[in-house]
Order: sequence, then structure tokens, then C-alpha cells
Amino acid sequence: MSVKSIPDRMSGNEAVAYAIKQVNPDVMPAFPITPSTEIPQLVSSYIANGEMETEFIPVESEHSAMSAAVGAESAGARSLTATSSAGLALMWEELLLAASNRLPIVLALVNRTLSGPININCDHTDSMGARDTGWIQIYAENNQEVYDNFLQAYRIAEHDDVRLPVMICQDGFIISHGVQNISLLPDEPVQEFVGTYTPEEYLLNPGKPMAVGPYAVTEYVMEARKAQRVAMENAKQVILDVADEFARVSGRQYGLFEEYRTEDADYVMLLIGSAAGTAKDAVDQLREQGVKAGVLKLRVFRPFPEKEIAEALKNCKAVAIMDRAESYNGQAGVLGSEVTAGLYRNHSDVLAINYIYGLGGRDFTTDDAAAVFNELKDGVENGKEIEQYQYVGLRG
Amino acid sequence: MKTIEIRWHGRGGQGAKTAALLLADVAFKFGKQVQGFPEYGPERSGAPITAYNRISDQEIRVHSNIYYPDYVAVVDETLLESVDVCAGLKEDGALIVNTPKAPDDIRPLVPDYKGRIITLDARRISEEALGRNFPNSPMLAAVVYATAFMQKDEFMKEMRTSYEHKFAKKPEVIDGNMKALEMAFAEVGGADA
Repeated sequence: MSVKSIPDRMSGNEAVAYAIKQVNPDVMPAFPITPSTEIPQLVSSYIANGEMETEFIPVESEHSAMSAAVGAESAGARSLTATSSAGLALMWEELLLAASNRLPIVLALVNRTLSGPININCDHTDSMGARDTGWIQIYAENNQEVYDNFLQAYRIAEHDDVRLPVMICQDGFIISHGVQNISLLPDEPVQEFVGTYTPEEYLLNPGKPMAVGPYAVTEYVMEARKAQRVAMENAKQVILDVADEFARVSGRQYGLFEEYRTEDADYVMLLIGSAAGTAKDAVDQLREQGVKAGVLKLRVFRPFPEKEIAEALKNCKAVAIMDRAESYNGQAGVLGSEVTAGLYRNHSDVLAINYIYGLGGRDFTTDDAAAVFNELKDGVENGKEIEQYQYVGLRG
Repeated sequence: MKTIEIRWHGRGGQGAKTAALLLADVAFKFGKQVQGFPEYGPERSGAPITAYNRISDQEIRVHSNIYYPDYVAVVDETLLESVDVCAGLKEDGALIVNTPKAPDDIRPLVPDYKGRIITLDARRISEEALGRNFPNSPMLAAVVYATAFMQKDEFMKEMRTSYEHKFAKKPEVIDGNMKALEMAFAEVGGADA
């Protein structure tokens, strides 16, 4: 039976900071950047007030923040940091180090676009740019989900079959600065669920000396990469198992993605993050008009649940694949490419249109979502030619 | 209750964002589902800013700005000249303006809006009750009066609790804030057209 939760209201940043306080990790190096600044700020306050024991390291850049997290985690300390946008870009080299050294660091990412033009608002350019660094990526629709995802992060990262870093993502400002209702769990069941970190091998273990990040001659590199790939493949089942266990504590069930009214849907919108909530409202409105619309909200982007997505889309007539980032490959956004590749490999020929939306904080409304669904419908029912790769809400 | 949507207009530094967060807070304590969020543009003191509230009995899933508000609250009346504060405002809602003027004097400034206008001099109220210009508390009272999603006595009770918590070390501020709320309710009752 799930534990009695505590109703509260807070922003996404406050929710993550609260989760960090409850988990009480060992080390948090961080450097502030909008819109994630509140996370290290709130954690610092918790530490100053004696509410948690985490060692906070105020570093001079994000490069140093991730370097220090890599060092601390290697030493055997449960570590984390928080960042956004250019901060994540500056961590690039260390993101790969964290993953390839199999260090289960957790990064609270508040999604923000990257320059240029310089802009502080939400899109997924930062985390999508880090998609091939070997990090697990888990996204949230709202403050509740980012809180719940953070509480599950270390269980996934530190699992023996995984041992990979995890990025817990939320939409900058839209979620990070928006106050909304939330159900918090009491400290005790959280701490019981997360457990203590007891790594098998770590640097500060005098009885068992080891090296972290040594040079590997050519004979070893491909084998190391393959092991990393297997860990990422294993993560899929671990994420599901941890979600089931979390559901028993919280009463809230998560999966690799959430399907909203897709069981009989002709038209499905596949997207990530806060816009999924807006799309669900559009689905309800369209259903009242007799349009069978549905939403597939991707929660776990790495590992990419390709087969499961293809399976979920096998009965619909058309899918709108929504990307909140450009990839400049000239053909499609990141999700546009990966989802359509998955459909092909799973022998699906469903009509798949790729829409780019919400860049640099451009608002995405229920009307925008309804227009996308109606375009799919027009394509299917009336044979109207739909531009395969297009922008939503682009000004003329 | 259907979802109430409120849009706040202010200038950076005047506290429109804080007012929206305070409203979300009091509505939450009253048992509602809430959203309170600012729209971030260039972060300059004095630049026009917008903040939003949704209040409902149902889970709120939408995460866009509000284009067809039920209520609009204007913290700085000079914005009436430069910002289309009534854009999309529903005629059965209300426009709430911080101004010493009467509703009839505001109407010519928003010629396309035919609905209810409520005015209050939040600056004077705040200066009388608190000795400083903090228009948030009186504006909050005016919005609660207009939207009527909770009754005045319920609102006053929640606000007292919240001030007692917030100003635990400055009890003298509590009475001033409560007085500002009372004065705001009295004033909007007489300036509602």
C-alpha cells in the first residue's frame, strides 16, 4: 500500500531541490545558470539550515562542476549537479567521461535553448545535443513528475546492470518557475526507497586499489563501448522495475512513455515534456468533436524505446512527431529521425509528420495542438499533401 | 467550478509575479488546484511583464500562457496606454486596475472592452496601512473579490495565517497587511462597474 502523501504547491525547481534534500546525496558541485539557478541556491539554503548534510562545492564553471562530480563519484560518493543550456554544453567532455567511467551521477537539467540568438527560455536543444553522450535521459510533464523522476534516478543509475549517469529533465520556466499542486512523500519512505549507496569498487577504498579513466589501448576501446551499450539496453528494464517499486510507495505509476487515449486513436501526437499536458487538453476537446486523437508522451528518451513506440503506434492512421529542438540535418528533428527509423525497422508505414515547435520558449497552445491533429486528419481523410518537416507557429 | 484564468500586467520590480504566486498560494490553501507562473521577457526593472494564474477544482494540465483570460489585473495603470491589457478578456469577467480613478474614468482607455471594471487605489491603501507602496496585498484582495472563488472571511483567515507565518519576527507588519486587505475590500465594493 502506498504511503500517505503530503499535498503542497511548488515550482519545478523547488520540487527538485526538495527531492535532493530528501535523498541527501554526498556531494553537489554546481555553478549557477538560468533557469536552474534556484536548485543549487535552495540546496545551499537547506545545507546552511542544517536540513541536509550534502557537501556543496561552489565551483567556477560547469566544466568544473561535472569534473568535480566525476571525481566525487569515482571516490565513492553519491554525487549530483544541476545546470541548463550553455552550462550543459560546457560539461560536454565530462558528460562522456561520467558515462564511460560508469559513474552513476544524477544531473538535474532544466531545459533551456542554446545560443544564438541568445535566449533564456525553454526548448530541448541542450539535452538533445547531449543525446549521444551515454547518459540516461528522463523527462517530465510537470513538477510532480520531475520530483518523482528524481527520486527514482539513483535507483536506476546505481543498479548493477546499469551503472550509468542519469539526466532528470524539466522544461525551463514553464515547469521550473511555474507553481502548481504537488504530492510530496514523507522523508522516511523516500530514504527507504532510495537506499544507501554502497559501490562495489571506488577510489577511496584502501583495501582494493583501482584506476579510474586510464588510457586504453586500441584492443580495449570497442569492448568498453559495447559494455556501455549493453548497460544502456539493460536500463530499460531497470527503469520499469524501479517505476513499479516506486508505484508501490507513491501510488503513481510510470513507464517508458505515457499513452493518453491512444487505444483507439486514429491520430497520435508524440512529444516530450510540458507540452504533453497541453496536448492532452486538445485531445479531450477533439474527442468531443468526434476526432479520435491521442497523445504518446515520451518519458524515457535514452534508452530509446524504439520497439515499444512502434508497437504503440501500430494501429493509428497518422502520427505527429513533435521536436522541441532542431537538428539541422536538413531532414528532420531528433525525434523525427529516430521515431521514423524505428517505424521502418518495425515494418510500419504509418503516415509520420515531423513538427518543430516551441523553440526559445515559443508558446504551444491547445489551439496549436488541435491544428496539428486537424492537419493529420485532413491528410488521411482528404488525401491532402502535408509538408513532411515543418514548424508550428512560425510567424510569416 | 470551471477553471478561472487570470492574467496580471505589471512592470518588472512591482511584484505582479509575486501577486500571482500569492494568489496561487491562498487558492491552494483553500483546497484548489492552482497554477501561478510568470512570463519572462528581457529582465529589466520597469519593463512590462505578465504573470498568470489558473484556479480550478480539476487537475490543470495545460502549460501555455493565457490568451482568453476571465480576469485581468493591472498593477500599473500607465500600462493601459502602451499594452493591450484587455486582449482576449472575456466580457463576463472583469478588468481590475490599480488607480485612484473611478471605473468610468478608465473605460475610455479600453474602448473595445464592454465588461466589468473594478478600480482601487492600491498605492494609497498600501501607504496608509503599511507606510510603503506594496500594491500586492490590496490587488490580491481585489482579485479575490472579483473572482469570488472564495469568500472574504475565508480569504482573510488564510491570509492572517500566512502573514503570521511569514512575519513571525515582525508581528507589527501583520496588522498593517490585514488592514490593507480590509481597505481594499471596502474600496472595490464601491468601485465596481
